[in-house]
Amino acid sequence: MNPARVDLRKAWIAVLGLVVVLLLAAVPYALPGYTVVLVYTILMYIILTVSWVIFSAPTGYISLAPAAFFGVGVYASAVLGMKLPLPVVICLGGLASFCLALLVGALTLRLTGIYFSIFTFGLVELIKHSVLWYELKFTGTRGRFLIPVGNNTIYYVMLAILVTLLVTAYLIRRSRYGLALQSIGEDEEAAAHTGVNVTLLKVITFAVSAVFMGAAGAIWAIRLTYIDPYIAFDPLNSFTPVLMAIFGGTGQLCGPILGATVFSYVREILITKFPYYYMLLMGIMLLAVILYLPNGLVGLIQQWQKRASEGQHVDT
Amino acid sequence: MSILEGEGVTKHFGGLAAVSHVDFCVDEGEVVGLIGPNGAGKTTLFNLISGALVPKEGAISFNGRDITGLKPHKICKMGVARTFQSVRVFPHMPVLENVVLGSLFGLPDSMSAADAAAEVPRLLEFVGLSGMRGTPAQDLELANQKRLELSRALATRPQLLLLDELMAGLNPTEVAEAMELVTRIRDQGITVFMIEHVMKAIMSICDRILVLNHGEKIAEGTPQEIATSRTVIEVYLGE
Repeated sequence: MNPARVDLRKAWIAVLGLVVVLLLAAVPYALPGYTVVLVYTILMYIILTVSWVIFSAPTGYISLAPAAFFGVGVYASAVLGMKLPLPVVICLGGLASFCLALLVGALTLRLTGIYFSIFTFGLVELIKHSVLWYELKFTGTRGRFLIPVGNNTIYYVMLAILVTLLVTAYLIRRSRYGLALQSIGEDEEAAAHTGVNVTLLKVITFAVSAVFMGAAGAIWAIRLTYIDPYIAFDPLNSFTPVLMAIFGGTGQLCGPILGATVFSYVREILITKFPYYYMLLMGIMLLAVILYLPNGLVGLIQQWQKRASEGQHVDT
Repeated sequence: MSILEGEGVTKHFGGLAAVSHVDFCVDEGEVVGLIGPNGAGKTTLFNLISGALVPKEGAISFNGRDITGLKPHKICKMGVARTFQSVRVFPHMPVLENVVLGSLFGLPDSMSAADAAAEVPRLLEFVGLSGMRGTPAQDLELANQKRLELSRALATRPQLLLLDELMAGLNPTEVAEAMELVTRIRDQGITVFMIEHVMKAIMSICDRILVLNHGEKIAEGTPQEIATSRTVIEVYLGE
């Protein structure tokens, strides 16, 4: 590809992204309340998936900690929500997750492969039960209530988090650190011997990805209005982003976005249309994707494009 | 003046002394060979120098600075680059990016992306991979993967290059090309410390050779001295 074409493509993506963001920003004005909630739910899953992908896709460290970071954000919001203004609460939710991820990352990122995954999953349970113990012992109640805010506010906060996340993900991806993260996934020892400070890079990236999960949790808590440790640290929030990322394909940034969007939309449709069979149908869909689309939806689209362009060549 | 020095370097794996009280020194501008039977501790010694392993006892210094126990990325930035016995390229990354990584991260002060983009093609040209910039590293044949690993190491602008069996698995033509490449690297002023089993290569390129057996240094000298040394012949051929 020549540079002019690359620039043109970049400009196109920027314009397209801006249009999409503007359209999304118009949703609360144009569409009914149900759609607003549906769209911000989808946005939340995109946030979880893309922030999972920032760290886990290039490095190959499969983290099952999203539920922990999400839950920490939820609790930050539940504890501080009544005392501080909303934007501050959201930022503190992200910050709390960042600190936790920094600590956990420094302790555990020397583990590789399945050991790392299991530890991160254990972390979710550990924090859940610690919080539960604390609440019962010191506050005497299991859950907490939050002061609700309007759906539109939740919507715009979600959108703002997502836009910040996508810009961050894009910048990391095209910077030298994106290349270094990929080299860690390919061969960590060789990367270290080529001058990459692998430990530092892994810990920082892990922590940066946790910021967005925490922020998303902080705003989600307000939508829930009642939370307890089982709701905040639901292990499904760890598995869903992984599934959505695989569903969409992790090779490019648009893969997880597409995966999360389609996955959560289909789930919503199935829940409302087939409340009794929805789990079964979701399961079949997932199996089909994993068996027949190893590169996810994006892989499928790329195949189509390739076939279409080959067809054109044959024609001319 | 010696660029690399080791004193009483020791490393145990369980009860086995993989490297035991080895003293060594490599002078600036030299090509030094490291030979010995399988399991003699050659690669372990390289791992100790490059920071992949930490010695149990002893000290290693590079340019007069103690590097014992430093992390690999720090040692790399100080000017020690290496290749691996079983090739370790980044398999799914294109050739160009493999080398760019070395330029971007391997120097003490980070290089700008523009400078790296200018330097990397020259390095690929130097090792003879210019035509394959966009090829994923895993699609290269072994000899080219070894060249790639070498150019990635050179991208970190090393003063000392550790080559772990660069020529293993290559055919005679490729061995000759690799030997020529090592000579050209030396001519650029880079000191080379190499593990090698191809005797023809080691005897003709090296200024000096160290011999390890069972983790201990048993001989040291010019290729001539090593080729005629009784101890070395006994170790290799039996008494």
